[in-house]
Amino acid sequence: MLVIVFLVAGLVGYWAITKVPSLLHTPLMSGTNAISGVTVLGALVAATAAVTISSTALALVAVALAMVNVVGGFLVTGRMLAMFKGKKDKGTA
Amino acid sequence: MQATTVLYLVVAAAVLGGIRLLSSPHYARWGNGLAAVAILAAIVLVMAQHNLLTTSSVLTAIAVGSVGGAALAIQVKMIQMPQLVALLNGCGGAASMFIALAEASSPLASAVLWAATFAVTGLAVIVGSFTLSGSLVAAGKLHGVLNEKAIILPQHSWLTVVLMAGLAVYLVAGALSPITGIGTYSLILLPFSLALGVIVTVRIGGADMPVVITFLNAASGLAASLCGFVTENALLVACGAMVGASGVLLSHKMCRAMNRSLLTVFLGFERQSSQGQEQEVAALHSHGDVGGADPVGLSVELLRDAKDVIIVPGYGMAVSQAQFKIWELAQALEARGARVRFAIHPVAGRMPGHMNVLLAEAGVPYEKLFEMDAINEDFKRSDVGLVVGACDVVNPAAINVPGTPISGMPILKVYDSKHIIVCKRTKSPGYSGVENPLFYHDNAIFLAGDATCTMLSLIDGLSISKSDGENGDE
Repeated sequence: MLVIVFLVAGLVGYWAITKVPSLLHTPLMSGTNAISGVTVLGALVAATAAVTISSTALALVAVALAMVNVVGGFLVTGRMLAMFKGKKDKGTA
Repeated sequence: MQATTVLYLVVAAAVLGGIRLLSSPHYARWGNGLAAVAILAAIVLVMAQHNLLTTSSVLTAIAVGSVGGAALAIQVKMIQMPQLVALLNGCGGAASMFIALAEASSPLASAVLWAATFAVTGLAVIVGSFTLSGSLVAAGKLHGVLNEKAIILPQHSWLTVVLMAGLAVYLVAGALSPITGIGTYSLILLPFSLALGVIVTVRIGGADMPVVITFLNAASGLAASLCGFVTENALLVACGAMVGASGVLLSHKMCRAMNRSLLTVFLGFERQSSQGQEQEVAALHSHGDVGGADPVGLSVELLRDAKDVIIVPGYGMAVSQAQFKIWELAQALEARGARVRFAIHPVAGRMPGHMNVLLAEAGVPYEKLFEMDAINEDFKRSDVGLVVGACDVVNPAAINVPGTPISGMPILKVYDSKHIIVCKRTKSPGYSGVENPLFYHDNAIFLAGDATCTMLSLIDGLSISKSDGENGDE
């Protein structure tokens, strides 16, 4: 089941990314950094399931690291995308 | 469980939609916002589901990570974007690695386990820790903390291959006939995977960095996906797969744009450069400079009369932060009635799309930024091709001279322009080590020096000649 999810998501993702112009490849990369931060969900569940101190600690470190990606990734992507302006946007500014 | 499935489907769809919206620079911000809201909502819902909204340890971890991420995102300069992305790749890999280790070290894991559980957990540890150490080395190199040059150890290629093979063998053998618990099994994989990340990335330098960053981006996605297999979470699997696909696609594009393969970049079949060709290129040195005594003055004259100018930025522009002055020059030219466009080579800079971000930062509207294939045939109709801090991506040796490291690499055909102006610190070869005949071209003027300074003198030159004609008011 998970293997099917992996394959379908990979193919659909690949299709979506072929449509992204090279103009926006840097924001695409920082954006995917942020998306890979969804591992925070796995880390949260692992933190709940953990019974030993070491596994709790490991899960909490993972939560923090994944949040760096989520927050840092989306913010910096937003910062970059805000700079991309077309001629029309310039006119109104 | 039903509710979770629905939630995951909605989040996955929103993330996909977000990526789709990135196809247009106008709607890209909405795409980013959509994906961000979806993931943040998912975090809150999952926390509520597991009664974590008031658990102080979890909240502290979230706060620490969020503050750290926000600080990075707000403080980073646009030229530092490659190292930031490298660092975030590393964080993603590390998060996956820690989750896999946490799962492996929980006592539940000591029950009877399938070989597949061992293997998937082990693989998540390998990919996660490889991504972590590799990304840290890459970020260190890009940030100038580590030597940016390629460091090659004795028998480097063999070391890489043996380490990879050893990890693969242990991964399979350890999973099929476990003599240790899954915790120990994972811990044994850890140091070797970390070492592999370092060994693979230390040998990569300079202009090969885009390939490394995109590859590690793919690896961080794969690690997240594997983490989803370990925790049996379909959303992680799906999002990780999308990120992985993005990284794979970009790595492929980078390799194609340099006419190299991942294997040659990572295992490093040595770059060959034959003596004969060097002499052939060296013969060009005998050509005198067209610029003569006053290359700047001559360039200003050319630019003043130009109706169609194409600017080719390279990493030198980024280093000198010349994008602001380049845009000033472009606006000055446009004010004189010239058409100005920018031609961006896929591997210009240190990561895909880097030049576009820097030029956007300076205020250049994105309609003026053109991909290589979209503008390459227009050089022959242009009056001036202005190269700022680029070398290999405009080197005609890639087409004319067989057997060099860059032969076969697609380049921007600046040599087709009626006149060529090159701003670069020296005429020395770029990262590839191949001499650039363009600098000695009959129609080329070479302006040695820092890009920002050169731009300034060109702008000054233009404004003086403008005031000559129009009783200028500056």
